[in-house]
Amino acid sequence: MSLVSMTASVEQADVAQAPANARAGRLLRPALGFLLPLTLAVFWEIAVRWGWSSGRLVPPPSVIFQTFADLARTGELELHATVTLSRVAAGFAFGVVAGTLFGALTGYSALTNRLVDPTLQALRAIPSIAWVPLFILWFGIFEASKIILIAVGVFFPVYLGVMGAVLSVDRKIVEVGRVFRLSGIAMVRRILLPAVMPAYVISLRAGLGLGWMFVVAAEFMGASTGLGFLLIDGQQLGKPAQIVAAIVAFAILGKLTDWLIVLVSAPFLRWEDRFARS
Amino acid sequence: MLVLDRVGKTYPNGVRALDALSLKVTPGEILVVIGGSGCGKSTMLRAICGLDAPSQGRVVLNGTTITAPHEQIGIIFQEPRLLPWLRVADNVGFGLEHRPRAERRARVERALDRVGLLDKAQVWPRELSGGQAQRVAIARALVPRPQVLLLDEPFSALDAFTRADLQDHLLDLWADAQPTLIMVTHDVEEAIVLADRIMVMRPRPGRLYEEIACDLPRPRDRQSAAFDFVKRRVLAALDRSLDRAVITDDGETRAVAGGGLWW
Repeated sequence: MSLVSMTASVEQADVAQAPANARAGRLLRPALGFLLPLTLAVFWEIAVRWGWSSGRLVPPPSVIFQTFADLARTGELELHATVTLSRVAAGFAFGVVAGTLFGALTGYSALTNRLVDPTLQALRAIPSIAWVPLFILWFGIFEASKIILIAVGVFFPVYLGVMGAVLSVDRKIVEVGRVFRLSGIAMVRRILLPAVMPAYVISLRAGLGLGWMFVVAAEFMGASTGLGFLLIDGQQLGKPAQIVAAIVAFAILGKLTDWLIVLVSAPFLRWEDRFARS
Repeated sequence: MLVLDRVGKTYPNGVRALDALSLKVTPGEILVVIGGSGCGKSTMLRAICGLDAPSQGRVVLNGTTITAPHEQIGIIFQEPRLLPWLRVADNVGFGLEHRPRAERRARVERALDRVGLLDKAQVWPRELSGGQAQRVAIARALVPRPQVLLLDEPFSALDAFTRADLQDHLLDLWADAQPTLIMVTHDVEEAIVLADRIMVMRPRPGRLYEEIACDLPRPRDRQSAAFDFVKRRVLAALDRSLDRAVITDDGETRAVAGGGLWW
């Protein structure tokens, strides 16, 4: 075999191998992130099976999974998840509406900003959980106080995000709108809204994250249903597996709802010149 | 006819950017305004297009005083200022929102064809080069068929090749409807390639220093002796307008021995 044909065949093999390697790499790299938790889980499972630990306070994965499945089978999981989800949804809705409204006003009008923003910033400095006793006195121990607490948590990131976004709209782009003689409403619809969209979506996601945080606090303060109740119930009856199962449910729901925002907003943000495109 | 009647502008911080400038521009004329930094060129354009009201005097187009942006006056800025959330075609059609869809589409298509970017109609602005983006901005300003088109150093951010290309292109486009063009530039050659009349301004406060007619036959040959002659005249006027002092780009004044040309 001549040298030329040899190198040629080697190169051919390389070319064939390269895409396969790239594909494997694409699949493997995210999988690397699972390595550590899976190893720990397997290790703990073995540790409990072989009797190194009773697994009473830290239940092994199989028990957690079993508890999760049992809760799902009896319909308990669905009940509690639905209740929690509806509380988050209601609180998120109120928080977003108020945050968007106030954020847009303080961003758009300097006078409103001077009038309202200092007060809101002062209120923001209060840890929202500190409101709990007052909210219970005012709104009772049922749904109203919980939803209001969640709404307060959602309000601030949305308010800050919208105000900042409106304030930072490029004057040069607004001038384009003025040159084309856009009316106030048209200016909002055709220039301001699309310009603030990326920052708005981020503030919604931040707000939703806080909403999930505050629903736990809200359900701690006296609830007979909800995933937060499952946590407290698991603590009081000494059922750690139930606590972890509820935590897992929180994680899944939080991720899913965040993904929902990303999914719904994606068509409005396709124009973005992003640093890394997915 | 566009008339500036003793237009002056004093900014709130007390800077007098423009001092009683009077000017008549006939329909279809190409007027190029040139001068050092701080001589009120951009201020003048912003007053004409109604973005900033003058503090004295008035701008009159065909008998109407301009107090706010006017549909017959278009402007192209130094940056393309395309709306990043609209595809190229929608950017070009931005000023035609209230027109029927079919008409809008036809006019946008024709405009994009004229600037040679028909194949980019459905592309996002971020995917354009600097020269392409500025061509889209030109198309956007021309699509509503303004009587007066203002250009504020539109090519200054582009490389020399793209700039020369776009200058020729602008003349082509101008020939279609022959709007009045008022262009501000720092570039003497650009001024002579385009202008019917060159207005040299002087700074602090900004005012008209000298007008130079420029009636060389078109297309203009940058290498010709006649071109060079006009260039010397403009350069000399600029030099005198600055009292033999140089205003550098960062606004500092520096004396020049013997009045050398600072370009």
